[in-house]
Amino acid sequence: MSGRRGLVLLAALLLAAALLAVMIGETPLGASDYLAALTRPGSPVGEILWTIRAPRVVMAGLIGAALGLAGAALQGLLRNPLADPGVLGVSASSGLGAGLAIALGLAAVPGAIEIAALVGALAAGVLVVVLAARFREPETLILLGVSISAFAGALSALVFNLSPSPVTTAEVLTWMLGSVANRDWPDVAMTLAPASIGALLVVWSARGLTMLTLGEETAALSGLPMARLRAAAVAGASLLAGAAVAAAGIIGFVGLAAPHLVRRGAGEDPARTLLPSALAGALLLVLADLAARVIPTEQELKLGVVTALFGAPLFALVAWRAARSWRA
Amino acid sequence: MTAAWTIENLVVRQGDRLAVNGASLSAAAGELVGVLGPNGSGKTTLLRGGLGLLKAEAGTARLAGHALQGLSEAARARLAGYLPQERRIGWNLGSLEIAALGAPDLPPARARAVAADMLERVGLAGFEARGVLEMSGGERARVLLARLLATRAPLLVADEPAAGLDPDAQLLTLDLLRGEAARGAAVVVTLHDLTLAARFCDRLVVMSHGRIAADGPPATALASAVLSAVFGLEGGLVDTPSGPVAAVRRPGR
Repeated sequence: MSGRRGLVLLAALLLAAALLAVMIGETPLGASDYLAALTRPGSPVGEILWTIRAPRVVMAGLIGAALGLAGAALQGLLRNPLADPGVLGVSASSGLGAGLAIALGLAAVPGAIEIAALVGALAAGVLVVVLAARFREPETLILLGVSISAFAGALSALVFNLSPSPVTTAEVLTWMLGSVANRDWPDVAMTLAPASIGALLVVWSARGLTMLTLGEETAALSGLPMARLRAAAVAGASLLAGAAVAAAGIIGFVGLAAPHLVRRGAGEDPARTLLPSALAGALLLVLADLAARVIPTEQELKLGVVTALFGAPLFALVAWRAARSWRA
Repeated sequence: MTAAWTIENLVVRQGDRLAVNGASLSAAAGELVGVLGPNGSGKTTLLRGGLGLLKAEAGTARLAGHALQGLSEAARARLAGYLPQERRIGWNLGSLEIAALGAPDLPPARARAVAADMLERVGLAGFEARGVLEMSGGERARVLLARLLATRAPLLVADEPAAGLDPDAQLLTLDLLRGEAARGAAVVVTLHDLTLAARFCDRLVVMSHGRIAADGPPATALASAVLSAVFGLEGGLVDTPSGPVAAVRRPGR
């Protein structure tokens, strides 16, 4: 499958999945209802479609795209199919920001949790940029990312631990599980802004990611402005992941799975996995959120739980294959 | 005429140790220079320091007369191409795509045309679409060599280009680098094989403990006294119909 045909196929699948997700819900609707919703957005049916279902589906797609693109950028940067926003500690640090905001009682302040999550992600991102300039080996950067992730996780646990109110604990927990339920259009807009900047930075860094295929030394002497390209890739991926966590909490493994799924069709050139990974990430998360909604459970499943259930075994599989190829 | 590469009294620290301790090296257009020395004598560090990949404590490095510090990344890449010893490739790109990475300054179509020429030059015509991670180690080494040639730089630096290759591939690699020198490039290679070094290189630079122990044509740089002092080996170069051969043994054997 060529790159362009793969893109068209992914886009078509995404569109179909999004339509399906908008059409399926608690209230069954018929063809006349959809017509009514299109002609009169203010009608009860229009309300359901335009203010409840559509923003949720768009949000799921947007976050999936952000995480898929961030994962593809980080995997290219680190030359490692196991890389993911989680690996560099960006997601955990972002979750810590959100948890702190909730514990400080800022949940009632509009946008406070989101901004705290974005600040947390950017803090980890800046730390990674500084460390990446100092330690060029991908293994070192991954280990440092794991440390950042573990430390942010420990601090989040501390917030739980010291939190006097069980309500706070429940709210932080919800954040940690990840969800796109009850999102509206302003939420989408707030996510779109930082995610777009992140996407531009990542796309700009693409030729640097391809050059890194040959290793740090060859890239350093290739004539490309590698320091800037590398910083753009890390900053862009942080912004994308931070925007995703800010909007929906911690949703793992999309950044890992999306590039993995598209590599067979798009080839392994990191630059050429970027756009397909964004589309595949969006598709995965729209479907995962649909699953979270339609699987009949007493409480609605959280999106992060669904992705983790499928993602963790995939992580093990990719790790198994990567370890075998690294040994070879 | 200005040398393509001049390293003067370079000092590079690695941890507690001075890996390169006041070493000088030069390479002129049309010259194939071999850098020899025991493991840990500072060959790779000298190349990396001289190209600006490592920070030098003292000394200077110049590319075509320009101080390294004053050169932009792009200008440095136009003056020097580097093939590291490490042949690990991160992703399974096609060999044409890998070779084309030698010419990121060219428009993509032009870079691919240059890469195709270089793949042909290294004997890999017809392998353009083959994934590099599906190739043998020797073929992959040739793809990376094609990437180096695609830089079209006036100075080509190759660290251990013959390591791990079968005899035919070793000879091919040095033939190709010899050919680049004949086309007017300055070529600097590190080698462990004394016979290959003596047969192909115009000049040999022998390193020992971060310093230059000998610098000259093979016959003098690999004289018995140097082999004994630097490598602790007895013997010397012997002329044969197919070129000089290093006939060496460990003392007392």
